[in-house]
Amino acid sequence: MSSKEEIQDVTELREEDFMLNIGPQHPSTHGVLHLKVKLHGETIMDVQPHLGYIHRSIEKMCEASTYRNFIYLTSRMDYLSAHMNNQACSMAVEKGLALEIPPRAKIIRVLMSELTRIASHTLWWGAMGLDLGAVTPFFVGFRDREDILDIFEESCGARLTMNYNVPGGVMYDIHPNFQRKVKEFLVNFKKRYHEYDELLTGNVILHERTKGVGYISAEDVVSYGCSGPVARASGVSCDIRKWQPYDGYENVQFEEIIETGGDCFARYMVRMREMPQSVHIIEQLIDNIPEGDFQAKTKAVLKLPKGEFYSRVETARGELGVYIVSDGSMNPYRIKFRSPNFSNLSALKHMAVGGKIGDLVAIMATLDLVIPDLDR
Amino acid sequence: MTNEELKAFISAHTPEVTFEETQFLNAIIPSEKIYPLAKYLRENPDADIDYLICLSGVDWKDHFMVVYHMTSRKHKHTFVLKAKIADRNNAEIHTVCDIWRTAEFHEREVYDLFGIKFINHPDLRRLFLDDTWGFPLRKDYTDDITIVSL
Repeated sequence: MSSKEEIQDVTELREEDFMLNIGPQHPSTHGVLHLKVKLHGETIMDVQPHLGYIHRSIEKMCEASTYRNFIYLTSRMDYLSAHMNNQACSMAVEKGLALEIPPRAKIIRVLMSELTRIASHTLWWGAMGLDLGAVTPFFVGFRDREDILDIFEESCGARLTMNYNVPGGVMYDIHPNFQRKVKEFLVNFKKRYHEYDELLTGNVILHERTKGVGYISAEDVVSYGCSGPVARASGVSCDIRKWQPYDGYENVQFEEIIETGGDCFARYMVRMREMPQSVHIIEQLIDNIPEGDFQAKTKAVLKLPKGEFYSRVETARGELGVYIVSDGSMNPYRIKFRSPNFSNLSALKHMAVGGKIGDLVAIMATLDLVIPDLDR
Repeated sequence: MTNEELKAFISAHTPEVTFEETQFLNAIIPSEKIYPLAKYLRENPDADIDYLICLSGVDWKDHFMVVYHMTSRKHKHTFVLKAKIADRNNAEIHTVCDIWRTAEFHEREVYDLFGIKFINHPDLRRLFLDDTWGFPLRKDYTDDITIVSL
């Protein structure tokens, strides 16, 4: 931002207003996001997000990579949904190659996706408690997340940036311990789930700080292009797993969670109710992993035919779109990632203006932003 | 609406349109026509395109293409609108962010990375990079310091 603009911003302030910079280094922004907040007393008049502190131009780097390599860059966008990002990219490449992946690979992908979703939501839950001043949830959330990361480590070789998907299936077969460990985790998670409700859901401080705060209506959610739990909390059905099922989601039973409150508490409840649904999906599949190949046979060098391919995936934060433009060579001509956080962030100003400065922290917590996904 | 009905619907409003069918229906229009057509698609109850999924730019070396992926949540039709900007040196297109507010950030991103100006945009500033950078996603962009190629 140029200094000229800055001066202009300050001169626009009325005498009793002031400007507050939140971030780029601030615990509640969960990364390097810079918010310029214009305040009148405690009331928020304006919020201007400033992005780009960790912009790496992943889209440009993808243009220099092959169709096998670019997938791994996307683990570094929304690192809490790394598996789903890889899955979306693999699916777009498979669309281009007209490749059908083996049933075993599909089931493994769905299992990993849902485990990722639980891991992401438990981290969000802990961080949300921390943002609102409760320290214990962070440890409870991380305890359960740790079990999932151990499962990932065994099968994928990594805990966070899993890089498990390849065009045609998954990179390796699952570890022999996978099914046993997942079942153990599910038993433990269900046994401990009441702790989540006792610590936060029924907590009167949480209710006071989130109910009626950061309201956004269904029409505004659609206009701002929000997706995922943010949109579903305002009563908008947008789950890609239901709208355009992929990788076998059409064969499993689960409920699309929709709340109608539109406030921070509704967004909290959507994510809380999504975790048992993910558990439900895993329970249906964990004993029914079909035998067979875990990867379809592909050529060493992938070349997509000339054309355009678009795939949509429901990550833990909403809809991720991968748009590949191919000119027929071995590198993508143009790749665009429609990241869920980017669109969700544009609704921040609408939610925050008119509220108090303390509400902004609750709104940021329930938007569940991951900054590398904004900046890309 | 089916793809055939959509084709007839768009042609009736904007006769200059040409179509391509890939995974979705692609409607290609000159960039000057974008605003009236977008408004028509949003406000006409038969089309009712209320959700702009994705807005991206593509540099085709002799022209730019601004690509709008859009869907109607009521009628469940999804299609792609492409606005062709022929003048590469003075790339301009009308904004759609008063029709779909999500476009505000997406258009700032396209401006930042391609240098395409959006007419009537309320806050057209660069989003990620500062004012001294070039436009990195243009195909003629070169960066001698950070070499991103194989």
